[in-house]
Amino acid sequence: MIRVALPYHLRTLARVNEEVRLEVGEPVTVRSVLDALEAAYPMLRGTIRDHGTLKRRAFIRFFACKEDLSLDPPDTVLPEAVIRGNEPLVVVGAMAGG
Amino acid sequence: MSRIRVLVGTKKGAFILTADGRRQDWEVSGPHFAGWEMYHLKGSPVDPNRIYASQTSGWFGQLIQRSDDGGKTWNTPGGEKPPGPEDFGPPKGESNRFVYEGDVGTHKWYDGTQHPWEFKRIWHLEPSLTDPDTVYAGAEDAALFKTVDGGKTWKELSGLRKVKSHLWQPGAGGMGLHTIVLDPTNPNRIYIAISAAGAFRTDDGGTTWLPINRGLKSQYELPDPDADVGHCVHRIAMHPSRPGVLFMQKHWDIMRTDNAGEQWTEVSGNLPSDFGFPIDVHAHEPETIYVVPIKSDSEHFPPDGKLRVYRSKTGGNEWEALTKGLPQKDCYVNVLRDAMAVDSLEPCGIYFGTTGGQVYGSADGGNSWNAIVRDLPAVLSVEVQTLP
Repeated sequence: MIRVALPYHLRTLARVNEEVRLEVGEPVTVRSVLDALEAAYPMLRGTIRDHGTLKRRAFIRFFACKEDLSLDPPDTVLPEAVIRGNEPLVVVGAMAGG
Repeated sequence: MSRIRVLVGTKKGAFILTADGRRQDWEVSGPHFAGWEMYHLKGSPVDPNRIYASQTSGWFGQLIQRSDDGGKTWNTPGGEKPPGPEDFGPPKGESNRFVYEGDVGTHKWYDGTQHPWEFKRIWHLEPSLTDPDTVYAGAEDAALFKTVDGGKTWKELSGLRKVKSHLWQPGAGGMGLHTIVLDPTNPNRIYIAISAAGAFRTDDGGTTWLPINRGLKSQYELPDPDADVGHCVHRIAMHPSRPGVLFMQKHWDIMRTDNAGEQWTEVSGNLPSDFGFPIDVHAHEPETIYVVPIKSDSEHFPPDGKLRVYRSKTGGNEWEALTKGLPQKDCYVNVLRDAMAVDSLEPCGIYFGTTGGQVYGSADGGNSWNAIVRDLPAVLSVEVQTLP
């Protein structure tokens, strides 16, 4: 199972309290994980990536295994620890402090 | 006794204020969608418990929310339930899919160059006067969308963007389609307004559109002050008994038309400033109108630090200041274009919200005011429902 950690507002929207667990076929990539996430939680479509272009929204980042994967091509295979379910793919809203 | 429900959109969530017909004791519910920008909430005139809300975020984009129980619970239309084993229908989650029709095209950018259309958010939701599942949505970048299935899917009425849209340009707040006025006597006639493109009218249900800006003058904003399009219209209001008469708060100037926008005349009269954002019409007196003068486009606060609603009982030109109960010193809030509304009780109630988080109400047509709430986030929109 692939683990996905969502930011607070998207957990609220998806009505989940903790990490989401998803069945994802190979290859396990950001794109395939988001496809599975949006299929399971259709209310999240358009919130992480644009509806039409599927481009990552400007203020969304993807982290895993203490690495920033945001700029990797979406078909890049995710780290083994994510594929094994040892680590989550973390969806982060970019920091906006003051 | 009738009840009043005030729908308040703020920078950080939505609030619902309710009272009985006396409009003295208010209950506050919220924040709904805490932390999100709630640009607008509006109930269906046909089914008042059906409320649509525009929920938006710089991070997560646009969402549409719908309540079928007067705001107690909310769902994203069509995407509310994760599909279960028994759910073999088509993919859901289309209620926030706002896609421009055809070639996206370009409009004028701040620096005068052409810039591609980009969807940012829904500013205004206008439910149909006859069908609770039909709603019009005004977008930034300016476009008009329509749903006929309760918000599950949206389609652009793209004929609007064929009206010299390469000359439309964003105002300081963005290029938003912020005003949608439905003619109660003619379902094919709709008025809309865009900052900064102007006012437009369709007489065929949204297929084709006409600019209706004759008489507007923008001598400091446009190279041709009498241009067909490009005027920064802030708000249009109509009394349902006289759908051909419209009142407009332009960037500067209060205007009126008596022929459905064919010609506008200025009625700013004795106002201390004719800059402002909202304008509204009394529920029972179609020549009684309300504005909130703001000092200037550079100084978005009331003149002299005095928050004053101005009322004209003559359809413009002659204005009186309404101050009782409103702060008359050191007040530097703004009142945004969608943040004023009227109820239909007798006497008529007037409500407006400020960027300082106050929502003021008057239960006597504006003669006196009380703060219903004082400390909300900045108010973006106020709508009122008069319930049986």
